Amino acid sequence: MKIIQEIGAYVWLMFQAFKRPDKGKVFRRQLMMDFQDLGTNSIGIVAVISLFTGAIIAIQMAYNIDSPLIPLKTIGFSTRQMMIVEFSPTIISLILAGKVGSSIASEIGTMRVTEQIDALKVMGINPANYLILPKITASMIYNPVLIVFSIVLGIFGGWLAMLVTGLSSSVVYIEGVRSWYDPFTITYAMIKTLVFAFIIASVSGYKGFYVKGGSVEVGRASTQAVVYSSILIIVFDLILTQMLLT
Amino acid sequence: MIEVKNISKSFADQQVLKDISFVFEKGKTNLIIGQSGSGKTVLMKCCIGLLDVDKGEINFGKTCFSCFSEKEKRKIQKEMGVLFQGGALFDSFTVEDNVMFPLNMFTKMSLEEKRERVNTVLKRVNLLNANKKFPAEISGGMIKRVAIARAISLRPNYLFCDEPNSGLDPKTAELIDELISDLTEEFQMTTVINTHDMNSVIQIGQKIAFLHKGELWWEGDKNVILKTDNEELNEFVFSTELTRRINRN
Repeated sequence: MKIIQEIGAYVWLMFQAFKRPDKGKVFRRQLMMDFQDLGTNSIGIVAVISLFTGAIIAIQMAYNIDSPLIPLKTIGFSTRQMMIVEFSPTIISLILAGKVGSSIASEIGTMRVTEQIDALKVMGINPANYLILPKITASMIYNPVLIVFSIVLGIFGGWLAMLVTGLSSSVVYIEGVRSWYDPFTITYAMIKTLVFAFIIASVSGYKGFYVKGGSVEVGRASTQAVVYSSILIIVFDLILTQMLLT
Repeated sequence: MIEVKNISKSFADQQVLKDISFVFEKGKTNLIIGQSGSGKTVLMKCCIGLLDVDKGEINFGKTCFSCFSEKEKRKIQKEMGVLFQGGALFDSFTVEDNVMFPLNMFTKMSLEEKRERVNTVLKRVNLLNANKKFPAEISGGMIKRVAIARAISLRPNYLFCDEPNSGLDPKTAELIDELISDLTEEFQMTTVINTHDMNSVIQIGQKIAFLHKGELWWEGDKNVILKTDNEELNEFVFSTELTRRINRN
């Protein structure tokens, strides 16, 4: 019963959020701030994790290729495929659910418990629209950029690892990266990224928006936002993979 | 003028407001007083549209506010200024941006005009040279004054204040009360103040509603409140040692 109530409240909130903003100029200003908070401020963590993961994938592939029948260019190919198909869209989204999701839930939750949301409402402003829509929009625009950045850095990390360890030559690795390329994998990654970005921003916004109580409840909402977003990301990963790749 | 007509409000099995009727008059500071849990905040939240009433009507002038949908309520809410207990300033905005916020949302004023209005209202609440500070960088009294400045920036017809001097020292509390009273007179607003501070009651209580266990127990003004024979009201008014001593003298 409780889960039905939660789904109902979430759908109602999204219905409120996806209304025409009261003032376009104010919406654009909020959007710019959210680009900075949710997007630009995540570049560092995405860069570090993608670079190292790309390197690790490449090294692990190299160590696992025992048979001389398997060409070494498989390392580059596998690194590219893993980055595009799964690591960048899904794992980076999970990391963003932790970073961005908790930030959204705690920001909106704090606004709720300090009556800032009530203040918006009695000013005649739709608080869901004012607070949540720019965050969803910013995430859905910026996350694909972050994911492409992550893919590129991951592949670069693999190349760097091959160069340093000498497990494969630079030329062979790049040849592998360029082999058997299917452009649909990028489409698949982008579709997943958009869905995950929506999940992260909307679920976290929902969790923050309905906080009741004080700082303990804000902390709890923040944790729940990360947990719920992460579970939904994995569930939708499975659904989208089944729908798009089979 | 705001007319509250036979309103009731319950949460689950608990009835918080019981058939309350009262008129908040224009150009006066109307106080809602009572002990914690008496229903003051719920009454105010019903008046500003944060809660819906179960029964009865709330009329702003001749308009039935409580009969409206959320969307229709917004039109009247734009005529309200609300001072929340903690100020409810937006943390990520400076003082100037906070006060300018309603102007950005609801007016087509140029930036210069908005700045001028912001400076005027900040000057009116005696807050100069704080424009670029963030809420975390100013004192509790200053936060209340910024919140008042924000509330009056659109020149509202109705001003609601939820415990405006809670958490303030007596001197600052008195200044805030004076400020609200002066602004009420100056802008001819209908001001509704929720308080349990007896100093405010004596200082600015031009019309007072005393709530007790969700019912309107007594109504009057600051001139008669100390002379009443209402037992529950006397218990509330003379609940502190200071007021008891004053009463004895």
